[in-house]
Parts: sequence; structure tokens; C-alpha cells
Amino acid sequence: MSEGIGARVLRKEDKRFLLGKGRYTDDIVEPNQAYAAFVRSPHAHATIKSIDSAAASAMEGVEGVLTGPELVADGIGNIICGWGVTSKDGTPMNMGAWSALATEKVRYVGDAVAIVVADSPAAAKLAAEAVVVDYDVLPVVVNSVDALEAGAPEIHENAPGNLIFDWEIGNQEPTEAALASAEHIVELDIVNNRLAPNPMEPRAAIATFNEAEDHYTLYTTSQNPHVARLVLSAFYNVAPEHKLRVIAPDVGGGFGSKIYIYPEEIACLWASMKTNRSVKWTSDRTEAFLTDAHGRDHVTTAKMGFDKNHKIVGLRVNTKANLGAYMSLFSSATPTYLYATLLSGQYNIENVYADVQGVYTNTVPVDAYRGAGRPEASYVMERMMETAARQLGVDPAELRAKNFVKEFPHQTPVIMAYDSGDFKANQDQAMKAADYKGFEKRRKEAAKRGKLRGIGFSNYIEACGIAPSAAVGSLGAGVGLWESAEVRVNPVGTIEILTGSHSHGQGHETTFAQLVSERLDLPTDNIQIVHGDTDKVQFGMGTYGSRSGAVGMSAISKALDKVEAKVKKIGAHVLEASEDDIVIEGGAVKVKGTDKQMLWHEVGLAAYTAHNIPEGMEPGLKESAFYDPSNFTFPAGCYICEVEVDPETGTTDIVQFVASDDFGTIINPMIVEGQVHGGLAQGIGQAMLEGVVYDDDGQQLSASYMDYTMPRADDLPMYKVMHQSTECPGNPLGMKGCGEAGAIGSPPAVINAITDAIGNNNLAMPATPSAVWAALQEVSAKTAAE
Amino acid sequence: MKLEEERLIDAPTNEVWNAILDAAVLKDCVPGCTEMTGSLDDGLTAVVTQRVGPVKATFKGNVTFSDVVQGQSVKITGEGQGGVAGFAKGGADVVLVPQDGKTLLKYTVDASVGGKLAQLGSRIIDSFASKMANQFFEKFQTIVEGGDVNDTASKASAKGGFLAWLMRLFGRKA
Repeated sequence: MSEGIGARVLRKEDKRFLLGKGRYTDDIVEPNQAYAAFVRSPHAHATIKSIDSAAASAMEGVEGVLTGPELVADGIGNIICGWGVTSKDGTPMNMGAWSALATEKVRYVGDAVAIVVADSPAAAKLAAEAVVVDYDVLPVVVNSVDALEAGAPEIHENAPGNLIFDWEIGNQEPTEAALASAEHIVELDIVNNRLAPNPMEPRAAIATFNEAEDHYTLYTTSQNPHVARLVLSAFYNVAPEHKLRVIAPDVGGGFGSKIYIYPEEIACLWASMKTNRSVKWTSDRTEAFLTDAHGRDHVTTAKMGFDKNHKIVGLRVNTKANLGAYMSLFSSATPTYLYATLLSGQYNIENVYADVQGVYTNTVPVDAYRGAGRPEASYVMERMMETAARQLGVDPAELRAKNFVKEFPHQTPVIMAYDSGDFKANQDQAMKAADYKGFEKRRKEAAKRGKLRGIGFSNYIEACGIAPSAAVGSLGAGVGLWESAEVRVNPVGTIEILTGSHSHGQGHETTFAQLVSERLDLPTDNIQIVHGDTDKVQFGMGTYGSRSGAVGMSAISKALDKVEAKVKKIGAHVLEASEDDIVIEGGAVKVKGTDKQMLWHEVGLAAYTAHNIPEGMEPGLKESAFYDPSNFTFPAGCYICEVEVDPETGTTDIVQFVASDDFGTIINPMIVEGQVHGGLAQGIGQAMLEGVVYDDDGQQLSASYMDYTMPRADDLPMYKVMHQSTECPGNPLGMKGCGEAGAIGSPPAVINAITDAIGNNNLAMPATPSAVWAALQEVSAKTAAE
Repeated sequence: MKLEEERLIDAPTNEVWNAILDAAVLKDCVPGCTEMTGSLDDGLTAVVTQRVGPVKATFKGNVTFSDVVQGQSVKITGEGQGGVAGFAKGGADVVLVPQDGKTLLKYTVDASVGGKLAQLGSRIIDSFASKMANQFFEKFQTIVEGGDVNDTASKASAKGGFLAWLMRLFGRKA
């Protein structure tokens, strides 16, 4: 049976995971390793008056207590945001200083003040507790709207009024004019709730300084070890790149939160040098809530205009994005170029204008989290469309279909040029699978049982395959977003693929091998995927933004082109045939139409013995490629959610969830379905369960699983997942990417369904039973008043 | 959180007043208080061990008295550090109103917590504070109505019961 493209090959990596034999950062043991614990601020905003570490330093087993001023004195640089965003008035963003260990001020609860290194985790924690920090507490602001008010506490000196940037996109005047002359206006205030990423494996690091070689090794939970090395070297001055090896071994989920370079990794590297010990740190769960970059947290107002035929004539959006206390690595891009560039949705809208204010608050830094700006965009678009349909009294599916982009390529007014898609086909497939026509009957039947049944659509589009380097460079990115690959054919004919992509749950070891299997007609067992080690892989940009298929595999494909070309030359030479007659199939190199062939291992051996290869050819069989995409890719789809609400309790059951996605070429349908299932769980989690809560003092009240609800199997329905795909013209494989779609498309479908059920559009995420019940009471009160 | 309550104590106002400012009384009334030292003028320090939900911690902190209107009202503020458990701070406005030879003790407490206490125990802080306040005044009332006040009051000039209660409530430590 074929193991190539389209086959449901079981995941190769699952053997070690299912046997408990995965090798995660915390599993790494270095000789003479010590353990780190961090002294963290319990205050959301305070001046550090003094740090007394004498008692802690004297405790048994304590190697050292190191603080911010020492770190700065050693020349360790500030943590930076790698994407410069320019404000409306042409000024650059106001980035405040972020030292890995705080020097003069702390700006959120959890801000690291000192690192304690000791012989055991317990000794490190006890000593951390013994460090006495004298704080002068300052006023606190936790949400983006309050932070922009006059007189709000100022968090960074160089960001007056806490404004990091005031950015815009689209055409303001034509949009305002279109809205002014619109027949119908739909307006909505939208809050996208703040989320904690919660990968199953918390962040961890183990840093080793080798004094004899002036060399550092860092094992860390990273989605992009090369980018980590680059940034640690170029900006934080920990060590030059050739003296720093970064390894991201098995990583248990990331969802974006493991893209960034955090204070802890920097501090562990530095502390290893200071103490001459290997320094290991593993986050506990509450520490993860307090320090892993959060996601979302947008406050938005939107206004959409329609003409008399219900065609959209304009969309105006304002968003205040909470970026937390410091700017994380891609924090500026997430609420701007990854968000507002999708505010045309699946629709042909001539006039779109959006402005976004990025705002400092006394909260954990906010950055990309599964979907990264695109869930926020689809939530705005699809809540608006559903609201419009209700306001105009038309069918939500018809209103959408009337406004779909139908011809490709399609240039939107907000940068993106959609290259392919068939939005109506996805919608039709989803409606059929959901038996949309039969809904009213089901609603009546539910009413007899005392239940309120509702249905909601979400027709999402996202931009993946991040991204064309020149394009993102012109928009402010500090890096190019190409990917690299190396194909090594060994002398015995087995193959190693070295990739700059990083797998932390995506199944690359399986799908990447399937691509090679497809091209060379070899079993996937003969193919090994190597990733996550800067000493092995030449370079790479890592995995996020659903880019590893479209970009990472395209790089492999390009390297395979070169391997194939060389193999054909060797084959033609040895088999004494024309290169044009050589074919690669069945694990052999054959001369078309004859029985002459070299088995694959014979080809490898020929290349490496070099006894009989074409004159002038270099020995060996190893090729590499860098692939830079020509465009983003545009996965899209239609999700339909159907719910039943118990009006007595506000409890919502999702009784049906249909997902029809267009992902372009699919390598392994089983893995893609798994990705969609996981994404839907996270999206439904956002819509109904999850939410980070701060009190007015900046204390994070939801910093454990007692108060932060993650979706569980019994919160979720049996999904109906299906595909209706168009090929992506932008990359050699026709792939669009599937990693984030579920989390991007599902929240608006859920909220549209619940608001349909309860007859009240005023409902914010998470739609917990108490929130739904309160919204139902509003309806009752209003009805009574009338 | 904000807590506003009152309690009728069967004792003359001056006795109640003295008791409030008495560190020894305070120490007896504060659940979990193991140490209380200092004076009214210089402020009190106390050590209180308490379990708030999943967090058990020993708080050390200071208590100060301000806005003192002799025999009538006092504002007691305090804050305590509980190490990794975080911190607690708060203030209480106490007013004594004579009522037929008895004393109506009114108090308004404003409390807040930070760090692990907030992260793990926020859901139960209100009920915890309220329970602590009840226990404190139950004991306070017993002591005052039992006439032990003068004995204990003579032992120290500290101001404290309320203060200590407050302290322990807020986890301040010595």
C-alpha cells in the first residue's frame, strides 16, 4: 500500500510517545547539573527598592543568587520584539526595555527579579523564598481601554500613555464615505477574550557552559531553535552563534507560546556561565500561567455597511490590543499584519479600514497563540455577518454567499491577495452535512423538550504558509520566513531529511517521510526526519503559522528535485542510457521500457564509492535547498455549530459541529483530521470555557486549573470533519496548511449558535453557563418591560 | 474584598477601646498568631500561620494605627509577606459607639492579596477573610465580656487586637 501523499500512515513518532519514551528537555540530565528557581514579583507594578539575597546565598546547597543589575553589568541585552510596526504618523513603535531579570521596576505579577541556582529543585525554591525584595508598589492598569485613558499609570517611560503604536491599514476616506452612504449599518462591540496557551509540556531549559571551549549548549522547549540561537546571540549577547548550540528535543505542544525567547532561557545560560554548572529550569503550571505569553485580548468596535441588495460596501474596525507589560518577540505583528490583513474575510469588500492601538498593561506579555490574529479577525468578520443577517432578516448562509469572493486571484483592500478557494463549495458541503434545511424542525422538537436550539455559521479564511521574505520584510519583520531542507541519501540508500521546521505535535516525522516516499517510491521506514538541533540542521525558521507543510515541505521538495537530477545522471551513466529515459519507481532507478535497473541502495553506493560516476561529478548524494514562498496560502472553510441551551441553567450542549475545510493538498488525512479536532477543541474552549482573569491589582486570579477551564472530551461533540479543497498555486505541493484552522474558525460559529438559541446577541466569550443564563435574563427582563 | 460588619459587645466603650489597643488581647484573638511584639506608638509586628485554600504560609508583617480618635475610632492598616505564598494587605476602620452601657463595634475591612494566594486562593479569599473576622471578634467579645481585659491590657501597651486580627487576616508577618 502506498505511503505517499494522501495515505493514512500511522504516526512514526507515536511509538516512543505511547511507550513513554519521548525525550523532553526535562528528561535531559547533564553531569553536575544544578537547578534554577526564579524569584518573581508578587506585585503587578512596583519599584524595586532593594534585594537582599544574603540569607538565600548562605543556605545549604545554594550555588548562587543572581540579579538583574549583575546581568546587565555582564552585557546581556534586553529582550526585543522582532517586528517593527510603524504608527499612522510615521513614527516607530515605542518599545520599552525588558531585561531578563528586572532591574529597577517590575511590571507584572511573575516578572523575574532574581535567579537562584542550587543543588536540588527544592533547595532552589526554598532559597528563592528567602530572597527579600523590598518593593514600592505603584498603581496598576490591566486592560487596554483603561491603559489608554488619561492619567493611567505609565508602565514604560518611552511609551507615553502606554501607547506602543497606533497603526492603520486600508483606505480610510473611501471607507467612511461608503459607510455614510450605506443603506444598512451594522455595528458591534466585540471582545476577544484573553487566553493562556497551556501546552501539555511546560517550558523548560537546561543550559551548559563549557569553560574549556567557551561554548554553550541549551536544550529548550522551542518551536524554532535556530531563531532562538540567532536572537540569543545577536541581541542578548549570550554567546556568538558558533559558540552556542540550541537543541529543541521532543516538545510537548507549543501553540505559539514556545516561539519566543523568554527571560528564563537567557538567565539559565548566563547563570551556567556564572556558576560553571549546568543549570536546569522546568516551569510549574502556575509559573506557566504567569509567564508564558498569553493570546488574544482585543477590544474592538466594528461597523459594516450594506447596500440595498445586501452587498457589503464598507467595513470600519478599531481594535485596542493588550500587549501586556513587555513586547514579546512577535507581539507587534499579531494584532496588526496577522489580524487586520484578514478583515476582508471571504468577502468581496471594496472598502476596508482598520486601526489598531497596541497597548502596554501590567499583565503577562501577549503574543501569537494558535491562529495568532486570525482567530480575532474571523471572530470580528463572522460575528458581524451573523449579526447583519439577523438585522437584515435574511438567511446567514445566503448573505455570506452573496458577498463571497468568487474569482481568483483576488486583491483585498488590506494587503492580502487570495490565490485560490471555492467558498461556496465549502459552505454547500457543510450545510448538506449539517442538514441545514432540517434545522427549523429540530428547533421545534427541542422546544418541546424545553431546550433552546440554535445554529451558527463561521466562514473563516486565514493566511498561512508564513511567509514571503521580501513581503514580510517590507512590513517590518526582522527575519525572512523561508525554510531550509537537506536530503541526505546514505551509501546504503536510506535517507535522512534535515529540516528547519520543528515538530512539537504536528507529526512531521510521518508526513515529511510520506513526501519522500511519494517522490522516491521508498517505504517511510527507510526515511528519518532530523530536526531541532542547530548543530545538525543548517538553519531554519521553525514551526508556527501553519507553515511547515507549505514552506518546510516545499523546501524538501526542492532539495529532492536536486537529488533526483543527480540520481538520474548516475543512473544514466551506470545503466548506459539517456537521462531522459531514467525513471525512479519501486525503490529503483530504471531505464524506461527495459528491465535495466539499479536498486536504490546501489545508487547510494555508486554515489559514495565514486568508482563509476559521470566524469566531473562530485561524489556523494546530499542536496539542500532554501525555499522562499511566493505568497501566503489561504486555507478557508465553513463551520456550522448547532447547540441546545437549557434555559433553566444556561448550560450549553454542542449537539452538532460540522467543519468543511479547504487545505489544498493533504498529505495525511488522519493527521489533518487530528489537527482540526485539536483546533476545534481549543476554539470551543475559547468560546465556552477559557479566560484569563485579572483583578484590578493585576493579580492573575485564574492561574491554575482550579480556575482556568481547559476543554475536556466530555465538553466536546463528535465532529463531522470534511474537506473540499482547491489546490494552492503558490507552492510546488499545492498545500495551504491545516494547523490553526480549527481554532480560527470555531469560536464565531459557537457564539453565533448560542446567541441564535437564546435570542440575545449580547454575549461575550467565554459563554459559560452563568454568562448564558445572564444573557437569558436580559431577554426576559426586556420582554417583561415590553 | 470589602467587609462591613458590626457587633454589640457587653462592655463599656473604654474597656473595648483598651482591648483593641492591647497586643496581648490581639494575639489571643488572632487565629494562628504565634508572635506579636511592639508598641502602639512604634507599630506592632506579628507572625501568623494560616492556610488559605491550598496555600499554607507563615506571614510576617507590620501593623500601624492611624486616625486615632481616643475612645472612638481608629484606622488600622497592615501588610504581611508570606514568602512564595505572596502577600496580604488591608485596612480596617473601627468605630466604637456607646449603646446603653454596652459598645457597638463597627468595622469596615478592605483586604487584598497577591501572588500565589491570589492565583490559587482567590475564590475563597472572601469567605476566608469573613471567617477570620468572625473568629477574631468572637474571641474578642469573649475576652472583653469576660473581664480579662484589664489583666491582659496591663501586660502590654501595644495597640493591637484588631490590628493583629487584621494582620493575620492579611498575612502580614513579623
